[in-house]
Amino acid sequence: MSTIQDPIRPPAKAMRFGEAGLLVVFAAFAFFAIIVAAKAYTPAYAFHAYLFAAASIASVFAIGNRYMARPAGSVPQVNADGKPNYNFDVVKVGTIFAVVWGIAGFLVGVIAALQLAFPAFNFDLPWISFGRLRPLHTSAVIFAFGGNVLIATSFYVVQRTSHARLAGDLAPWFVMLGYNFFILIAGTGYLLGITQSKEYAEPEWYADLFLTVVWVTYLLVFLGTILKRKEPHIYVANWFYLAFIITIAVLHLGNNAALPVSVFSPKSYIVWAGVQDAMFQWWYGHNAVGFFLTAGFLALMYYFIPKRADRPVYSYRLSIVHFWALIFIYIWAGPHHLHYTALPDWAQTLGMTFSIILWMPSWGGMINGLMTLSGAWDKLRTDPVIRMMVVAVAFYGMSTFEGPMMSVKAVNSLSHYTEWTIGHVHSGALGWVAYISFGAIYCMVPWLWNKREMYSLKAVSWHFWVSTLGIVLYISSMWVAGILQGLMWRAYTQLGFLEYSFIESVEAMHPLYVIRALGGILFLSGALIMAWNVWKTITMPEAAAEQKLALAPAE
Amino acid sequence: MHETYLWLASFAQTWGLVLFVLGFVLVVAYVFWPSKARKKEFDDAANIPLKED
Repeated sequence: MSTIQDPIRPPAKAMRFGEAGLLVVFAAFAFFAIIVAAKAYTPAYAFHAYLFAAASIASVFAIGNRYMARPAGSVPQVNADGKPNYNFDVVKVGTIFAVVWGIAGFLVGVIAALQLAFPAFNFDLPWISFGRLRPLHTSAVIFAFGGNVLIATSFYVVQRTSHARLAGDLAPWFVMLGYNFFILIAGTGYLLGITQSKEYAEPEWYADLFLTVVWVTYLLVFLGTILKRKEPHIYVANWFYLAFIITIAVLHLGNNAALPVSVFSPKSYIVWAGVQDAMFQWWYGHNAVGFFLTAGFLALMYYFIPKRADRPVYSYRLSIVHFWALIFIYIWAGPHHLHYTALPDWAQTLGMTFSIILWMPSWGGMINGLMTLSGAWDKLRTDPVIRMMVVAVAFYGMSTFEGPMMSVKAVNSLSHYTEWTIGHVHSGALGWVAYISFGAIYCMVPWLWNKREMYSLKAVSWHFWVSTLGIVLYISSMWVAGILQGLMWRAYTQLGFLEYSFIESVEAMHPLYVIRALGGILFLSGALIMAWNVWKTITMPEAAAEQKLALAPAE
Repeated sequence: MHETYLWLASFAQTWGLVLFVLGFVLVVAYVFWPSKARKKEFDDAANIPLKED
């Protein structure tokens, strides 16, 4: 009990405003969620309310423990050596989430494909019937796998290209964990039969509201980091990330304008009626493709390909034109999902016209990505990670050629509602989105965990070839299936009757569905190789001297 | 309601179109303007990912 102040005693620790505020908010929300759970109209909704309560209580403990463990004072923005004190922990968590959700999403896709070929795989259980597994698959791969890749890489890229630490202390963690909690609510909801029946926007009102809070926080963290940047210029990848974040926020709010029946019910009614609702849905749906699956992943292309190839992007000028042309044009293309419906004819034609104009920015972007390797094409042979990303850009070019073609009304009359659409979507999703994501993961994992390179580049090569074979089987079988379906549906006899009954076209699909399932199994196998490789990379010991290379790209 | 729609639609089909085209032309002009300083700015920006810290 000395009365003399100890000179080396650290300054008194106090809770930050954010810590104290969030503690109160989460504690209050836990109470609220328990009340909702007690009075819920359906058991499934009560289950979700309990999940919210449990997550809130866990957050209270996590924030409290973190406060106890952390040193006093504010977070240092730069390290002792003068380099920015990057926040990479949150990026590591997002990368692992992405790999895990990817495996889950691909697996559910394989099961759904098997169900179409062999209906016995429904097992007569309502929870895993095709109608519920299908949205589980699409949401798991797009939002869980793709979303985690986008959030993790955006947090990585914005820090490295701004030379500044991620803005916020708890906010990035709220974004990362909150987003994955939304995925949990959405996914379990589909299995339990909670859906608002809007494609790619199935989660009900309460999940949508929660996602809105997470997404606005995401925007603030991203913008805050850009504002703190030490670079005069905002690198083009950040422009694409920003367009992705802002547009998804606007789309989400527009398409989910719904009134819940009660706070104790999962059911809500959308405020849009009739064809306006359909137009809102496909304005949302198509721009989810345009800004989530295109703009977001183009940001990956503009950062990871130059970084990995160790040469700047082919034309920075072209990248600016690419950006503005893409966002000016994409937003109008949605009506091509509603050809030959109650939507006014002029709107359908508008959607088709803008889809065709989209060829230009899409191919401009593809050329910019591919030509970045000009003078270094040998890396295609020597570096399987570069090979994966370049093939991704090639698939981007291919599916952005196919898409506008399918949006032409005459072509659409054959292709719409057939498996051709499924094939098109997967050439984009597997070939472009997943491959550029795999490439980014293979780049980022060694950088994040201070390793010189992935545990096994040979395994990366295996992943590439196994998955590519899977994609080829998938898309070629779906092309054949789609055109076969389209032609069978429009075949007439001499007397003007339909030549085939619907069930005959279903029967004709069987062998193609089996090939598709096989393609899916190969793609899943490739992803499992990646998961093993990522695990081995994270856990492999590395000489201390090599850790100096930590943040440098592979030579 | 109908009048609002007509007003919005006619604005979008005339001045809206002009504004968008003008905006895009400005972007292209900014990007391709022959200027040494801007060329350097773009070259610097393109090299941001390759800088080490």
